[in-house]
Amino acid sequence: MDIIVCVKQVLDHDIPPRDFKVDEEKMAVVPPANVSPIISNFDEYAIEEAILLKEAHGGTVTVLTVGDEGAKDMLKKCLAMGCDEAVLLQDEAYAGSDSFGVARILAAAAKKIGAFDIILCGRISSDWSQGAAHLGLAEALDLPSVTQLQKLEVSGETIRCERVLEDGEEVVEVSMPCLLTTSNEINTPRLPSVKGILMASRKQIPVWSPGDLGLDPSTVGAGAATLELARLYKPDLGTQCEFIEGETLEEAADKLGDRLREDKII
Amino acid sequence: MSNDVLILAERMNDRIALVSSELCGIGRKLVDDKGGSLIALLLGGAGTKELAKGLIALGADKVLVAEAEILGGYNQSAYTNVVDAALGEVNPAIFLAGCTSVGRDMAPRIAFRRGGSYANDCTELSLEEGKLSAVRPVYGGNAVSHMRSKTEKFAVATIRMKAFPPADVEEGREGEFSEIAVSIEAGELKMTFVETKQVEAEGVRLEDAEYVVSGGRGLGGPDNFAQLDELAKVLKGAVGASRAAVDAGWVPTHWQVGQTGKIVSPMLYIAVGISGAMQHMVGAGPSKNIVAINTDADAPIFQRARYGIVGDYKKVIPALTEKLKKLLEN
Repeated sequence: MDIIVCVKQVLDHDIPPRDFKVDEEKMAVVPPANVSPIISNFDEYAIEEAILLKEAHGGTVTVLTVGDEGAKDMLKKCLAMGCDEAVLLQDEAYAGSDSFGVARILAAAAKKIGAFDIILCGRISSDWSQGAAHLGLAEALDLPSVTQLQKLEVSGETIRCERVLEDGEEVVEVSMPCLLTTSNEINTPRLPSVKGILMASRKQIPVWSPGDLGLDPSTVGAGAATLELARLYKPDLGTQCEFIEGETLEEAADKLGDRLREDKII
Repeated sequence: MSNDVLILAERMNDRIALVSSELCGIGRKLVDDKGGSLIALLLGGAGTKELAKGLIALGADKVLVAEAEILGGYNQSAYTNVVDAALGEVNPAIFLAGCTSVGRDMAPRIAFRRGGSYANDCTELSLEEGKLSAVRPVYGGNAVSHMRSKTEKFAVATIRMKAFPPADVEEGREGEFSEIAVSIEAGELKMTFVETKQVEAEGVRLEDAEYVVSGGRGLGGPDNFAQLDELAKVLKGAVGASRAAVDAGWVPTHWQVGQTGKIVSPMLYIAVGISGAMQHMVGAGPSKNIVAINTDADAPIFQRARYGIVGDYKKVIPALTEKLKKLLEN
C-alpha cells in the first residue's frame, strides 16, 4: 500500500496568547523568538496513520510539503517517525499561493510520484484553518475524499471510514485511490526513535520546482490566488475579569453565587 | 452577470437545521445589497420536499429541492454532483454553506471545480465593490483576518455556526419552488454512505443548553467530572469538556467544546480547570458570561472571563453547587 501524506509547517499553536504578535502593517504574524515552527497539529495524526497502515499492509509512505527551507526540519521528523521519502515543494513561483494554488502544486507532485493508494492529510491546518487545500487536491486528481476520520479499516480495495460529526459519527465506504483526512481521535502520534532520527539524518530531501513537476507557474502563487488578505489583527477581547476572593474558597464560591444572582445570570 | 446568492440548507432528522436559517439570514442581507434573488437548495431522502417549503418563510425567493434515496445519508460524491449541477443551472455569484461536517466537506470541492474563491468558517460576510468580503478568525482565534474574493464571478464561503442571527420567520411569504431530478446510480460513485450514529444527549443538548459546566486537563481524571455533572444538574444545563480532557480519554468526543468540537452560546459557561487555549475559546467564546475556576492565576481563560476564582475546583464546585441550589429554590 503506497501512501502520500501532505503536511504543513506552522507556528507552534501552543504558544500562550500573550506571546502571539501580529504586524498589522505587513499583515503577518510575527513568530516569537526561540520558538521553532512545528508540524500542523492534525497533520501529525495523518503521518502516524500512514505509518500504521504501512506497518499493517506494507508499502511506502512519501511526505510532501509546500514550504521553505526550514520545512526540511519537519520533513526530517516525519522520516524519523517512519516515513520512507520526503519531498520539499519549494520555489519562488509558489510564494503567496492560496489553498487552491497549494492544491495544484500537491496534485502535480502526486502525479509525478505516480502510483499511490491513499493520500492522507490533517483535517484542517492550525494557522489559516481553511481546510480547502486537501479538498482542492482531491478535486484536481478526481479522487473521492472522506474527511475528519476517527477510524479507518482497509478491506480489499475499499476503506471503511468513520467520520467524527458534531453529534456522533458517520460511516462511509470509499474505494482506493482516495484522499482521507484525520481528526485527533484516530491515533496517538509516536515520538521518533533514536534509530529513526539517525536514519532520517542520512536521507536526502529532494526539492521540486514547477519545472520538475511540469506545472505552469502562472496557475500557482500570489497571482493565481482567488482570495486576498485585506486586514490581520489581534481580536479585542475586551473583558475585565473580576476575581472573587474570600477567607476560604467556599466563601468565594458563595459570593460568586450571589453575584450571578445579582447580575440575573441565574 | 448574476447577482444571485445560493445557500445550501441542511436537514436535521425531521426538521430544517438551524444553520439553514442562519444562512437564509445572511443570504437575504447580501442579495438585498446586491439586488439579486436568494435561492435555497435542500438535498435529502424521503420527506425533504415538504421540509424545503419552510425555507421560503425564512427569506428564500426560490427553493430548489433534490429528494432521492441516495441523498438520504451524506455522500460527498452524490451531494457534490447534485449541488454542482444546480449551480450550473442557476449561476449565482455567491454560494454559501454552513461550516458543518457537510458544508466544509463539499464546499471547497465546489469552489475549486468552478474556479471560485473559498473562505472557510466565516463570522461576518459583506460586499465590498461587489466582491465577497469575509471576516475569519485564524490561528485558532489568536488573530482575525479580513479576506476578499478577487473575483466577482463566483465566491464560496462557509459560515461559522451561531455567528449569524437566524432569519425571521415570515409565515405566508411567497416564493418559487422547483424540484431537481436526481439521476445518480449508486454503482457509479466511488463511495457509499453506510450509516450515521447519532449520540443522544441524556439531558439538555450541549449546544442548546443555557448553562454549561466544562472541564479540562485541570480536572486530573474522568471521575472528577461527576462534580461538574452535579452542578450542571442544579442549573438544568449540560457538561462539556476541552480537547485535552477528550484526548486523555476521560470523556466522550461529542462533549468537546472548541474549534473541532461544538460551538456553544449559553447564558453562563463555567470553565473548570481549563487553561483557555484559543482553539477552545472558538467554541466557548459566544457564551454570554464566562466564569473561570483555575489554580493558575495566569491562565489565559481569566482574560476571557467575567468572574474568576483562583483555587482548587474541588473546594469551589461543591460549595457553588450548594449555593446555587439554594438560590434557585427561592
